Amino acid sequence: MRRSMLFIPGNTPNLLINGAYLGADALIFDLEDAVSPDEKDSARNLVRNTMKYMDLRRCEVIVRINSIDTDYWKKDLDAIMPQKPHLIMLPKSGCAQDILTADAYMTEVEQRLGWEKNTVRLMPLIETALGVENAFAIASASPRVAAIFLGAEDLTADLRCKRTKGGNEIDYARGRMVVAARAANVDVYDTPFTDVNDDEGIRVDAEYAKSLGFTGKASISPRHVGVINEVFSPSQKDIDYAYEVMEAIRLAHEQGRGAIALHGKMIDAPIVARAQQTIAMAEEMGVGKAADHE
Amino acid sequence: MDIIKKASAGTLESSDVYVEIEPGTQGIQLELESVVEQQFGDSIRALVQEVLAEYGVENARLHIADRGALDCVIRARVETAVARGKGE
Repeated sequence: MRRSMLFIPGNTPNLLINGAYLGADALIFDLEDAVSPDEKDSARNLVRNTMKYMDLRRCEVIVRINSIDTDYWKKDLDAIMPQKPHLIMLPKSGCAQDILTADAYMTEVEQRLGWEKNTVRLMPLIETALGVENAFAIASASPRVAAIFLGAEDLTADLRCKRTKGGNEIDYARGRMVVAARAANVDVYDTPFTDVNDDEGIRVDAEYAKSLGFTGKASISPRHVGVINEVFSPSQKDIDYAYEVMEAIRLAHEQGRGAIALHGKMIDAPIVARAQQTIAMAEEMGVGKAADHE
Repeated sequence: MDIIKKASAGTLESSDVYVEIEPGTQGIQLELESVVEQQFGDSIRALVQEVLAEYGVENARLHIADRGALDCVIRARVETAVARGKGE
C-alpha cells in the first residue's frame, strides 16, 4: 500500500531520522534537487547510513537519484542499491531509452551483489513535455518499472506556463499519465501540492487526483500526509460493498449460478477486481467490515 | 592512503555533527565538543575511531562539534570528511 510518498531532503539528518514517524506510506530520500552539487557526496553517505542503521518502521524507501545526464547517478546507485531500497526514482525520464540505460546499470549492480534482476524496482519521474508524450513507452520500457510519477513543477517550466493551484495547466499530463500507467499495468503517482499551509487546497487536489485514477500522491510537507492517506484510502462504505461483492460471488459459485446481481446491479469482472483491491488495501490498513466493529 | 588536505563535512544544525579533519603525524588526535559529552562522549570517540580504522586513517587531527547526532549521522559525516580529506 503506497498512498502517500513524502519527500525528505537527503542531507538533513533531523528529517531523515524522523521521517518514519510522519505517517507516510513511503519516504522519498532525495539526492537530487534538495541537495546542492557540492554536498552530493555528503547526502549519499547520509542516506546510505540512515538506511543501513535506522529502523524505518513500515515505511517503504524510495531514493530519488540524480538524472542520467549528470555525473552523479552511477555513484548514487553504487552507494544506495546495497541497502535495498524498494524503489529508485529516476528524475527527468524522457523516453524509453532513459529507462533502459538506468535499468542496465541497476542490473550490473544487482549482479555484483548476487541479487536477482529487478530486485530493486524503478519509478520514473516524468517532468518534461517529452516525458509526458512518451509516458506509455517509459512505463512499459522494462519490467523493472513499478510506477510512474508526475512532477508538475519542472513540467510547467518546460511547458512555459504558470503552475496554478487549480492545476488546469497539468490536466492533459495527468490524464495521459494515468492512461499510460494503467495500459502498462503499473501504478501512477500525482505531483505534490506545494502550498504547505493550504489544508483545504490539498484535500481538493488529492480528491481530484484520485478521481482521475492516480494510485496516490507525493508530498513535500508532513502536514499533507494525513489528508493524502485519508483521500486515497477506501471508505468504510467501499470496504463493506467489496465484502458484499465477494460474498455474492461465493454464494453464486456455491449455487452454480453464472450471472450475479447485487442490489439490482450486475457484478462483472472489473467490479470483482476492484472489490479484491479494496479488500487487500483494507486488510493492510487493519480495517474490516463495519459489522466487525459493532 | 592518509589525509592529504584539510576537509570538513556536516553542519551545526540540531541532530547533525560538524567534522573537520586535517593531516596529522601523531596518530589520531581527536577534539570533541558535544551537547551530550558527559553521557555519550566516550561512545562518540569510539565510533569515530572505528570509522577512521575502517577507512585506513592512522594519522589525522579532528575537530568534532556534535549537536546530538545519532550514530548513523556521525558515521556518515566522518566518512564524508575522510573521503574529502583524501581528495576523493
